[in-house]
Amino acid sequence: MKAESGQFVAAAASPAKGAELAVRGLTHRYGELTVIEGLDLSLPAGGVLGLVGPSGCGKSTLLELIAGLREPSAGAIELGGAGGGAARLAQCAFMPQRDMLLPWLSAVDNAALALRNRGARRGAARAQAGRLFERFGLAGFERARPAELSGGMRQRVAFLRTLVAGKPLLALDEPFASLDAITRAEMQAWLAGALAADPRTVVLVSHDVEEALYLADRVAVLSARPARAVEQLSAPAPRAPDRDAAVTDPAFVAARERAMAALHGGSR
Amino acid sequence: MDGKLARWLLPVGALAALVGAWQVAASTGALADLLGLEPFLVPSPAEIGSALWENRSLLAENAWVTLQEIFFGFLIGLAVGLAFGFLLRPFETLRLSFYPLIVGSQAIPIIVFAPILVVWFGYGIGPKLAVVALVCFFPIAVATADGLRSVDPEATKMMRSLDASRGQLLWRLEAPTALPFTFSGAKIGVTFAPIAAVFGEWVGADSGLGHLILQDNAQLQTARVFAAALLLSAIAIGLYGLLALAERRVVTWR
Repeated sequence: MKAESGQFVAAAASPAKGAELAVRGLTHRYGELTVIEGLDLSLPAGGVLGLVGPSGCGKSTLLELIAGLREPSAGAIELGGAGGGAARLAQCAFMPQRDMLLPWLSAVDNAALALRNRGARRGAARAQAGRLFERFGLAGFERARPAELSGGMRQRVAFLRTLVAGKPLLALDEPFASLDAITRAEMQAWLAGALAADPRTVVLVSHDVEEALYLADRVAVLSARPARAVEQLSAPAPRAPDRDAAVTDPAFVAARERAMAALHGGSR
Repeated sequence: MDGKLARWLLPVGALAALVGAWQVAASTGALADLLGLEPFLVPSPAEIGSALWENRSLLAENAWVTLQEIFFGFLIGLAVGLAFGFLLRPFETLRLSFYPLIVGSQAIPIIVFAPILVVWFGYGIGPKLAVVALVCFFPIAVATADGLRSVDPEATKMMRSLDASRGQLLWRLEAPTALPFTFSGAKIGVTFAPIAAVFGEWVGADSGLGHLILQDNAQLQTARVFAAALLLSAIAIGLYGLLALAERRVVTWR
């Protein structure tokens, strides 16, 4: 436990640009139900891993395990060399499926939550989060309440909130699932730009193969419950500046076909 | 007609029509005939109005007593209700043990309790505060507990991964989530509070609107009974309005 609390201080004090992730022989059960069985994954520091799989296969559970929000039934998850749940939680910022912006706080106060939780004064926290609003195309919306923002804007603020935490690993649970197709494509390009400007290790859960292949360096296709990795693919052109060109490139289309085939084979 | 105007005009018109009909029925003696009563037992709105004016100092004196019972009783109920709501939240065993008991306690009519409270707390303001607090505490405790339980588990995970301590989770996420629920509970509580205060006074009191109503009823001062009842409603509506106003100022995100 001592090592873990030491890790917490280190992670909070100096935002690292990424941490290496290693998952070995991971098994997780809810009572009698095995949701993940013998899963191995690895991701270098600064890499982006996409997780796709049939719905209900345990993708979200896997993400919560990695993020230190749950302890696995068996197996090991190491993040930046540390294994305990508290140590992982200290190094990971989790972005849930729905934006979960707090409706009583302004956009900038929502983005600054992690800083406030660590004891920063309101003014300092706002100033620090506010700088990111400028950088990521949200200038002028600092004082808006979440209810006044569009769906895409809300997801941007939710992502900034995750980024502002300054943690080496970002765990994103279907970040754009609630958006319409056009906004989703825009947000993917936006996220690609944000990660180029501020690189982190990212684990991204998606039900959308195209989204995962565009945003991630590598995509793991999971089987139906209990989840196992049935295929691991390298993305042809991760986070290419021209998204529309990237996703219609023959290499991308071929990778998508392979992933889809693995997905359908795995869910049978 | 403009929708906003209609929302005001229609209920005011309906009220005026009812009061007018009552005025005609009472002043012609038709209402008393129908009920088979002496006309002086069935006061008209005009008579109630003049009773209100002629007895203004007596009514104000007694209304002040009842208002204090309601106000401080409500504050005690609010404090106890909030304490229950928040204390039951983090302790699942405690919640499972006491929640059904709290709900069950509301099945006991407080009128049964009131005489015992007089034995315990005497004839002063004590038993009235206790009855009012007992009535107000329940909706506030239940609403607050439900509000705290309504926090989205995803929001809790988000906060935990953003380094929130248990206290910060409570203060930054759970308490603001519960706040609108607490206001709803408080608004329900405050509308029951005047009835509770009257019960408290009926069991034993030497002042207050409830006491006055009991006395006037025995002396067949029916116009003054209606006048006192009118004041009780005014107190209930006023307190409800104050709470609704406070809610609009505080809960700005709904």
